[in-house]
Amino acid sequence: MEVRKNFFATSTGIIGVGLIIGVLAALLQKWGNPGNMGICVACFERDIAGSLGLHRADVVQYLRPEILGFVLGAFLAALFFGEFKPRSGSAPLARFVLGMCAMIGALVFLGCPWRAVLRLAGGDGNAIFGLAGLAAGVGIGTVFYRSGYTLGRTSKYGYGIGILMPILIVGLLVLRLIDQPLAGEAKSGVLFYSIKGPGSQYAPLVISIAVGLLVGFVAQRSRFCTMGALRDLILFRHWHLFSGMLALLAAAWVTNLVVGQFHPGFAGQPVAHTQSLWNFSGMVVAGLAFALAGGCPGRQLFMSGEGDGDAAIFVLGMITGAAFAHNFGLASSPAGVGPNGVAAVVISLLACLFIGYTNIQRENA
Amino acid sequence: MAEIVDARGLSCPQPVLMAMSMMKELGEGQIEVMVDNEVSRENVTRAATGQGWEIAEVRQEADDYRIILKKQ
Repeated sequence: MEVRKNFFATSTGIIGVGLIIGVLAALLQKWGNPGNMGICVACFERDIAGSLGLHRADVVQYLRPEILGFVLGAFLAALFFGEFKPRSGSAPLARFVLGMCAMIGALVFLGCPWRAVLRLAGGDGNAIFGLAGLAAGVGIGTVFYRSGYTLGRTSKYGYGIGILMPILIVGLLVLRLIDQPLAGEAKSGVLFYSIKGPGSQYAPLVISIAVGLLVGFVAQRSRFCTMGALRDLILFRHWHLFSGMLALLAAAWVTNLVVGQFHPGFAGQPVAHTQSLWNFSGMVVAGLAFALAGGCPGRQLFMSGEGDGDAAIFVLGMITGAAFAHNFGLASSPAGVGPNGVAAVVISLLACLFIGYTNIQRENA
Repeated sequence: MAEIVDARGLSCPQPVLMAMSMMKELGEGQIEVMVDNEVSRENVTRAATGQGWEIAEVRQEADDYRIILKKQ
């Protein structure tokens, strides 16, 4: 049988997708999303946890439609191009714990790898420490892979398993449509909303969904992954995915310059703190967790749309991690790390190292 | 006779690592890499080309791909 060519998987394709995401992310800020947070998978999943009442940090509660669009856009792309393949069963509990650790680390830095790049593109110098930490964490992950680390093979399942995550996401979308935000109200129906802080800043619903769907679609086709970008560069000296990440940075930076959103400096950056050691360390944990789970938080969403139940478990782990991060004082704020943030970084790092070390197999079979 | 690398059910970077390990071990010859998804197919063929191996054939077999790599 002839194998179909995929334009988006070419060098031009991945760079094009990086440019699209960079421009749209910067514009989402212009259209209402928080500063240097046009797209942040970790922050947005944290906001979703807040909107569902899984944590009650009242400044970060909003059922972010971009995340829903990511999954559904990837689902549609996978269906259309014959890549919807329900699969699961590769150490789901380990992936859940890795998702929790990734979120806890990301919330110490205050952003996922996507936002780390967007923060840099907006002039936030603190992002340099986060990106360095991300590279270090992914680098540690590659050492495990070289040593024979694996979470084992997946099994194939029927469509009913693969479609569960997209159905769950449609359910959330229906909730968002029914329980619309009410001016000055902290609750609408069953959903919680922020009336101040980052959770109260969002682009119009239709724009957020449209951008989410588009990004989900093209990212599924191109396999865009910020963790994979660093991993492939470190492990194989492959620049393919990294070129997409650089394109995102360049496009967001230029767009920020054009629309007046570029403000270089360290202090007073939006939704950021200046504690460099913890910006670095938080992302070491996140980078290692993403590497061990095989994808950045965006890629995990796209894979969950393709029918990957293990990626869906990772996403649910991240949302659960966000709830713990805010309920237990692990997440940072612009004032600095949370009261228990340092302990959380240490424990999460140990958990990742444990999962890495105990899943090394001598034979790659 | 071709060496066979069965990377079905595994996600990247493992299929690429397994294929590259075999390419390094053999130096030249023929390798058949079996994967079960498009992403691994793209990544393995991209990595093999980068290592100077020829993609002799990619066969789709039900839900799987058999990638035949050659180097003289």
